[in-house]
Amino acid sequence: MTLLEVKQLKTYFPVVSPLLKRKTGEIRAVDGVSFSLPAGQTLALVGESGCGKTTTSRAIMQLAPITAGEVIFCGTPTTAPAFKTMRSKMQMIFQDPYASLNPRHTVLKIVEEPLQIYRKDLTRADRRRQVIDILAQTGLSADAVHKYPHEFSGGQRQRIAIARTLILQPSLIIADEPVSALDVSVQAQIINLLKNLQRTYQLGYLFISHDLGVVRHIADVVAIMYLGKIVELARVDDIFSNPQHPYTQRLLASIPIADPTRQRRSITIRGEAPSPQFPPSGCAFHPRCEQATAQCQQQTPALRALATTTPTSAAAAEHHAACHLL
Amino acid sequence: MTAAAPLLSIKNLSVGYEQDARVYPILDDISFAIAEGEVFGLVGESGCGKSMTAMSILKLFDATQIKVGGGEIVFGGRDLLALDDAAMRGIRTREIAMIFQDPMTSLNPVYTVGEQIAEAVREHLHLSPRAAWGAAEDAIAAVGIPDPKHSAKKYPHQLSGGMRQRVMIAMALSCQPKLLIADEPTTALDVTVQHQIISLILQMQTQYKMAVLLITHDLGLVAETAARLGVMYAGNMVEIGDTASVFANPQHPYTQGLISCIPNLHTQQDELAAIDGSVPSLQEVRTGCLFAPRCPQRMAVCTTTQPSLAAAPSIATNHQSACWLHQPHPPNPTPAAP
Repeated sequence: MTLLEVKQLKTYFPVVSPLLKRKTGEIRAVDGVSFSLPAGQTLALVGESGCGKTTTSRAIMQLAPITAGEVIFCGTPTTAPAFKTMRSKMQMIFQDPYASLNPRHTVLKIVEEPLQIYRKDLTRADRRRQVIDILAQTGLSADAVHKYPHEFSGGQRQRIAIARTLILQPSLIIADEPVSALDVSVQAQIINLLKNLQRTYQLGYLFISHDLGVVRHIADVVAIMYLGKIVELARVDDIFSNPQHPYTQRLLASIPIADPTRQRRSITIRGEAPSPQFPPSGCAFHPRCEQATAQCQQQTPALRALATTTPTSAAAAEHHAACHLL
Repeated sequence: MTAAAPLLSIKNLSVGYEQDARVYPILDDISFAIAEGEVFGLVGESGCGKSMTAMSILKLFDATQIKVGGGEIVFGGRDLLALDDAAMRGIRTREIAMIFQDPMTSLNPVYTVGEQIAEAVREHLHLSPRAAWGAAEDAIAAVGIPDPKHSAKKYPHQLSGGMRQRVMIAMALSCQPKLLIADEPTTALDVTVQHQIISLILQMQTQYKMAVLLITHDLGLVAETAARLGVMYAGNMVEIGDTASVFANPQHPYTQGLISCIPNLHTQQDELAAIDGSVPSLQEVRTGCLFAPRCPQRMAVCTTTQPSLAAAPSIATNHQSACWLHQPHPPNPTPAAP
């Protein structure tokens, strides 16, 4: 079953000149993104800062405006009135657990607040019991309920944030860089927790990250974004063992490997990501691509299925890339 | 200075944070040395004291709160801890330069980048304003910023994160220091730009025969760049040695845990290795090995007596770890010792 379907999603932000007091341009933060996420699976959106991965997630959560396109959650478009009752089944974990928890509220208050809004039928004792249950699921003890966020370390705070999203029994969790503010030893604990919770509750994750090492371990499908567009979409093994798009190849080659016996890779990517306000013509990656041709400068390549896909993989798991060379 | 003497040698450095008439240790008996032209990596999680080590070398801390408890930092034959402020100013940038994690907050937003580099050059090399501006343009060109004449007249906000970090490197290298301290130089940058900046630092290191103290939490970065490395945990140096030896044969359980919890790009594990618990806070009472509460191989002696760095048997002598697993246990005290 398809849990989340995103069709040609576009989010443009107007650029208003303070002098002329009118719109002088637009930033195409998300420019025609499409993907679908089956229930119980993880789709990772990967890219450098400014590529639109966070805006995509915020548009899905209705925290950013949708200029065009559609987000369909469990068969219901997010714009339909019927979606209102399903809103609580879609939850979000944020990057910085120091900023996303109210410092003046106890853990009990933080975690039970969604219940106070959506489950008015529950008594205070019911809510408290549910909070303690869910905290136990995320690895926190019951005596945490009367503490404040500052009494916890970064990893424990992220556990509190996870407990808050789980309390309404969601079917989709959007996790925006949930481990990038954490130290590497704690990062592994949180990833393991997210994987265990996924198995227990059949959760679908939309996992936003710039860290390909983390993505390798949590994702089923990976979408690589560059300047508002998906440039490659494939199953996690295909992305890592057989990357097709030149950008994906360079991105993988740029990651330092913790093995001193390995020869330092010399392939590097030149230049920096361009501004989405003034995107290059044609393929947005062509100024940084060594294989770019005249066609790349003029025509924008579409994301399409590659012929080299292994025949065994299901239709949803095909290898897609947006490159004229393929 | 003899040829064998290291460029920088830190001996038994202890630094603490003073609050309410109590001193909480930040660095506890840290010793290491960096040879001329060597890249030394200092690795650890947040709060382990790696940045404090860098700040201590340059004395860039608030002396009303941070107290040096003991030890010495010998650079080129002088003990930096004994120098006064004026002498320290002569060392900073001229001989030891530093680049920081966030290039936006370490550059002054109201001056052009050229003016900021020229200021450093004038201050330390006593050049005329015109010559200093020329030196600034040369420095900007040397770090690979396109169109140096034009770029020197730009303000920091007009440059991207990667370009700003190049400006920081240009400023740090403008006086050709003998030692560059790079504190998380690429953490705020995207991975593709990170690769460019590290390549630039290594290229400059070879060109100027400069030593680099690379401070990072990223073991991958250290593996690719440093000849030797030190692993810090809660203000202690827990392991030190040649990079190849430490990665091939990590001795301390913390180092082992740190290496195994890096998500591997090439194989997918079902469960990532994790180290239970979290780093102890500064305020906690310290007895025994500080890693003991999180250590899977904890023994009775670990909770009572703190181990010090020693070369492990059967391993290269310059590879040392502070762990009772590899050292003879102290003779007397512990009643519960196995």
